[in-house]
Amino acid sequence: MIPRHLVIGVSIMLAAVLGIGLYLWHVRGREFAIQPASSDTRPVAPPISGPTEQVTLYVADDNLGTIRAQSARIPLPAGRQQRAEEVLRALLGIYLDPNSPHILPAGSEIREVYLVDPGLAVIDANAAFADGHRSGVLVEDLTVASLVQTLSANIPGITQVKILVEGTQRETLAGHIDLTASFDVPAVSQMVSQLQNSQ
Amino acid sequence: MRWSSVLLAAILLAAASPSVEEKRISIYSTVANYNLPVLDREGHEYVGLLEILEPLGTVSARPERDHWNLRFNNVNAEFTFAKKGCKLQGRDVDLGARFLLENGRGLVPLPSLIVLLPRFLGGPVTLHDNSRRLFIGDVAVHFTAQIKKTEPPSLVMDFSAPVNPTIATEPGKLRMTFTREPLVPPGTTTLTFDDKTIPAASYSESNGSAEIAINSSAALFASFSHDGRTITVSTAPTAAPITNPAAGNQSSGTSGPGMAGSPTVLPQLAAAVFAVIDASHGGEERGAALSDQLAEKDVTLAIARRVRQELLNRGLSAMLLRDGDTTLTLDQRVATVNAAHPAVYLCIHAASQGRGTRIYTALLPSTNNSQGPFLDWNTAQSGFLARSQAAAASVASELQAKQITARLLPAPLRPLNNIATAALAIEIAPPGSSIADLTSSDYQNAVASAVASGLATARGHLEDAH
Repeated sequence: MIPRHLVIGVSIMLAAVLGIGLYLWHVRGREFAIQPASSDTRPVAPPISGPTEQVTLYVADDNLGTIRAQSARIPLPAGRQQRAEEVLRALLGIYLDPNSPHILPAGSEIREVYLVDPGLAVIDANAAFADGHRSGVLVEDLTVASLVQTLSANIPGITQVKILVEGTQRETLAGHIDLTASFDVPAVSQMVSQLQNSQ
Repeated sequence: MRWSSVLLAAILLAAASPSVEEKRISIYSTVANYNLPVLDREGHEYVGLLEILEPLGTVSARPERDHWNLRFNNVNAEFTFAKKGCKLQGRDVDLGARFLLENGRGLVPLPSLIVLLPRFLGGPVTLHDNSRRLFIGDVAVHFTAQIKKTEPPSLVMDFSAPVNPTIATEPGKLRMTFTREPLVPPGTTTLTFDDKTIPAASYSESNGSAEIAINSSAALFASFSHDGRTITVSTAPTAAPITNPAAGNQSSGTSGPGMAGSPTVLPQLAAAVFAVIDASHGGEERGAALSDQLAEKDVTLAIARRVRQELLNRGLSAMLLRDGDTTLTLDQRVATVNAAHPAVYLCIHAASQGRGTRIYTALLPSTNNSQGPFLDWNTAQSGFLARSQAAAASVASELQAKQITARLLPAPLRPLNNIATAALAIEIAPPGSSIADLTSSDYQNAVASAVASGLATARGHLEDAH
């Protein structure tokens, strides 16, 4: 015959296990309910130490079909190449905001910027930047002009800009704007001055 | 002194004499199509055997004094300098002429390839001796040609595989040169047709390429369809002269359009079409997804057809680069346009972003490598940019007159920079917030009418400079 105290002890332990199980089930359901529908895929910028500097970002606006200059203060490293990368990452940071006037696909990133003498800058973007880019002459033109103008305005001496995707050349950004040739900075500046007027 | 003068004259004469075209052999196989230089040695044509075999498999060569040992996949061959024979898998093979070694490179006589290659590759090869075209296996591309009795008549050429020939025109003839395609002759090398405009075509081969020459009594124009498997050659329509209605039909003289008070009769286009209209994208390339169901390629074709009709209504000849759901590469579009020599090229795009229209001219790179009559491919538009901008301004003005928003912008948008005539692109967005408006007949007709009016207004400027 099982002693009475043993039956009571086992019953209490079973009740405790059942209670903890029900509580965990409840907590799990609540966690699922508060989880966001999609995660933020924006790249996490590495922490940069040092004082902030003022830069000029040329920000595109799809609704108006324009590009406007916008000042920003961002921490910039000393190296020219790293500065170029940080300036473009600051610009992409604006475009990756869901409320941006010119949205780039989630996960878009500038992998590297190479500064090649004399005056050639090579921007290497990741695949998400081009694969998910919206297709259209104006919308692609705005992206390219914004990148080229922002880079050349903040890094002196750049006369040509080439855009690669994952280290290789693409025919077009998203079916329209040609990426096979380098962009002449003076010609793009002239184009940007026309894009600064909505008419 | 006299001898030195003679020597100098001889050097100058030699330098001035036209260079002989480099001899080449084209090799066609299921793995790769390629061509290689052919060398003249000891009165025979020679080719590097290693270079021939390299794209076809794993090959290595080892020169040892007068011997040259070659291994291709699992086949071994031994060649000896200045010997007319070689050993291939231990068997003697006659080369027909001496084997040569130049800087470690083994050269074999060209005709010996039909003996050597089957043993290396284990399959049949065919060599067209005179034209130096080598076919490995069953790779031949065949074609048929027949006249379509339309108005104007056209010659429809169907190929058994996609082709992308170089097209050149000259008075009374259109030539298509096939360098990369293993094209083989039809039953007879001269094709005759029961048509006065396109009476005959001929097939010929030389120096590693095949050529189809089409004779005609009028200027010809080629267009691609069926993913490059069909080439339709037709006569470029000529534009009827138009008289300025304001001046009346007082005279049929040839006064210039700028002469005040006189009837404005623009010169008739002798051969070329006035406008080539390019409905962008097409076939496998859908362009932008304007909505879940609406692809850019369909909207561009619909608007392109309306623009053509509007131009024809104004007495201006116009052609579509594609008049169906056809895949065309940018290079194919450029080749066709530049061969047709139109007065203006208009490329049509459609977009869901923004409102109204944007009219683009080329944003050219600064480097221009044009030399004499040869235009740099990337900046071929440079000599025509002012004309393009004038045409774009004229079109924008007509659109604005119809209360349609129009902006003028430069853009790095191919193929504008490759076009050797006035060239512009128009991107058409809906007039309001609804993308459905982009497909409305009223809106498309209004845009097409304004574009045609703009081009017609700029006609004098475009044709004067053409």
